[in-house]
Amino acid sequence: MNIYIEALIAFNIIMGALFIFVGSYGMIKLPELMSRLHGPSKATTLGVGGFLVGSMIHFGATEGRISIQEILITFFLFITAPVTAHFIAKAYMHAELKPENLPKPEGRYGWNTYASVEDVKLASRDQATGSDLQS
Amino acid sequence: MINYALAIGFVAVSLALLMNLWRLATGPTVMDRVLAVDTMVINTIALIILYGIRESTAIYFESALLMAMFGFISTVAYCRFVLRGDVIE
Repeated sequence: MNIYIEALIAFNIIMGALFIFVGSYGMIKLPELMSRLHGPSKATTLGVGGFLVGSMIHFGATEGRISIQEILITFFLFITAPVTAHFIAKAYMHAELKPENLPKPEGRYGWNTYASVEDVKLASRDQATGSDLQS
Repeated sequence: MINYALAIGFVAVSLALLMNLWRLATGPTVMDRVLAVDTMVINTIALIILYGIRESTAIYFESALLMAMFGFISTVAYCRFVLRGDVIE
C-alpha cells in the first residue's frame, strides 16, 4: 500500500484512540455527573468516527470498494449520542437535584422539566401562575 | 505502520474500558453507573471495529452496528426506569 495512505489510516486510528482515552479519563476525573457527560459524548462521535474513517480508507485501498456500513454506524451514533446525553441528564436532574437549588430562569416560567401538567396547560392559555417557580 | 497504530488503538480502548469499569464500581449515583455502561458499549464497538481492520475483513461491522443499536436502546430503557418506574407503560 502507498505510504501516504498508510499514514492517513494510522493518523485516523490514533486520533480516534486519543479521543476515546481522553473521554473515559474525563469521565473518571470530573467531580459531578453533569460534567462527566462531556467526555463520553466526544468519545462516541469523534472516537468511533475516527476509527470508522480509518476503516473506510483501509477497505477502499485494499479491496477497492466503498463500504456503506461504516457510514451507517457513524450516522447512527451521531444521531443517538445527544439523545442519550439528554436522557441521562434529565433522569439525574429528577432524581438528585431540587428546583429550589437551581438558578432561576428569566421570565414567568420555571424549569420546564419540573413543571407539572396543570402549569403546562395554563401556560398554553397564557394564564400561568408561576407556581413552579421557586419563591 | 498500521500495526503500530492498531496496537496503540487497542491499548487505548482497553484502558478506557478499565476506567469505565472503575466508574461503574465507584460512581455514587445510579446515573453514573448508567453512563459508565453506555460508554462501555461504545468502547466495545470501537474494539470490534479495530479487530475488523486488523483481520482485513468486513464481517464484523454488522455486529458493531447491532451493538450500537442495543446499547442505545438499553440506555434509554435504564433512564426511563429511573424516571418513571416503568419501561413500557
